[in-house]
Amino acid sequence: MEIGRGAEAAITLYEGTVKKYRMAKSYRQAELDQHIRQERTLREAKITSEARKHGVPTPIIRDISRFELEMEYVSGAKIKDVITPELSERVGEMVGRLHRGGIVHGDLTTSNMILQGDRIYLIDFGLSYYESSVEAQGVDVHVYFQTLHSTHDRAEELVEAFKAGYSRTAPAPEAVLKRVDEIKARGRYL
Amino acid sequence: MIVFGLEGTAWNLSAALVDEREVLYEKSATYTPAKGGIHPREASQHHAEHMARVVGDVIAYARENDLQMDAVAFSQGPGLGPCLRTVATAARALSLKLEVPLLGVNHCVAHIEVGKWRSGSTDPAVIYVSGANTQVLALRQGRYRIFGETLDISIGNAIDKFARTVGLSHPGGPKVEELAGKARRYIPLPYTVKGMDLSFSGLSTAATEAAKSHDLADVCYSLQETAFAMLVEVTERAMAHAEKKEAMLVGGVGANKRLGEMLDIMCRERGARFFLPERKYMGDNGSMIAHTGLIMFKSGIRTPLAKSCVRPGFRTDDVEVTWGPTNS
Repeated sequence: MEIGRGAEAAITLYEGTVKKYRMAKSYRQAELDQHIRQERTLREAKITSEARKHGVPTPIIRDISRFELEMEYVSGAKIKDVITPELSERVGEMVGRLHRGGIVHGDLTTSNMILQGDRIYLIDFGLSYYESSVEAQGVDVHVYFQTLHSTHDRAEELVEAFKAGYSRTAPAPEAVLKRVDEIKARGRYL
Repeated sequence: MIVFGLEGTAWNLSAALVDEREVLYEKSATYTPAKGGIHPREASQHHAEHMARVVGDVIAYARENDLQMDAVAFSQGPGLGPCLRTVATAARALSLKLEVPLLGVNHCVAHIEVGKWRSGSTDPAVIYVSGANTQVLALRQGRYRIFGETLDISIGNAIDKFARTVGLSHPGGPKVEELAGKARRYIPLPYTVKGMDLSFSGLSTAATEAAKSHDLADVCYSLQETAFAMLVEVTERAMAHAEKKEAMLVGGVGANKRLGEMLDIMCRERGARFFLPERKYMGDNGSMIAHTGLIMFKSGIRTPLAKSCVRPGFRTDDVEVTWGPTNS
């Protein structure tokens, strides 16, 4: 049963196992297309498991092939649909732990977080990588803030709540949050 | 009603007259640097030098055809400071002379609005690509929100920079596109997508490096394929996230045929529609300012003289879209 089709993958569910297949994109050059799909599938498998060791709930990976992953099904609501300042604060704590573990997620949107019971699961590690620089962590947080501003009401409240949670667990919260402000001002027409 | 619009944020000084239905007249003067890229002061001097002729020509057309102008719209920002000041000064003078209201228009919003007007798109994810900007936007709760954008330089700037370094003259985009058509193979280059954001500076540098040891046509091809694939991927993601069924390409780099083709394929594969305005409304033009001025005017907006100062860093999401989400 297909349970979702994101921008890059088709997600099917069968007997409690999720299959995530990264589809070919005919708009892009064939070699580039295969390289992107293969690399992201590999990264996702590896770092999804790695993140759990640093106290970030993630689905258990069961199998991997060239463009496809099989993993545990995490049922629950997307944070996108249920976000509150309290939850954003817990997202902050979770991202802080991830960064402490030397991992940058690369796509921290509220669609990639699932609330199951009282645990927040982080999914979709296809754009993740190992890096501990302030810049990489800053871009990671910037992506999350941008999602809050583009998609949610009372974004400022959610941003502040995230900062509070992140500051408790992250390795360099002050430097990173300062860098986020700098990143926001870049790439602008001046 | 008829609105006079004046654009001049960077390379093109352009004045136009529009009414509700069509563009009545447009006159432009294009600044082409003798060598290298755009120099802000030189560009503003160019605009000052051609202002009287360009504006005068449009006014003469209005007089000959007995057209009454109801408002003067000008690009208030974002853009190069010296250019913006030249444009704002001319617009203020004209507004006082004609005794009609003044309207300060956001340049990026104008690209979007003229694109919707001319292409028939109603609620698109907008891909705005130019020498200065790279953004993916969509309307949500009364503002064009930025879903993704470049974290360093724009896509147009990345291509221009590369073109300049390998000896192609400004503007480099069309030359890179032409050479790409003669390529025989793809050379892997850095592909950098972070969430819905993009980075092009590393790509531009890597392409410049690659040009030292590879065929230039192959490098141009690989640069385009890589940069555009990044952009299309982010657009698709924004469409999924914002639940938009349309995409529209605007801005000068939008003239690139390969980019339009890739976006069209992506849209068709996900059951969405792709809109591409006519080429003359893609780059900077006076009509886009006049049209946006017109719909702003009709929704009751006026820019008092005291608030007509230029805004070089004017953000797209600073503008409240009071004229509603539908095509006007």
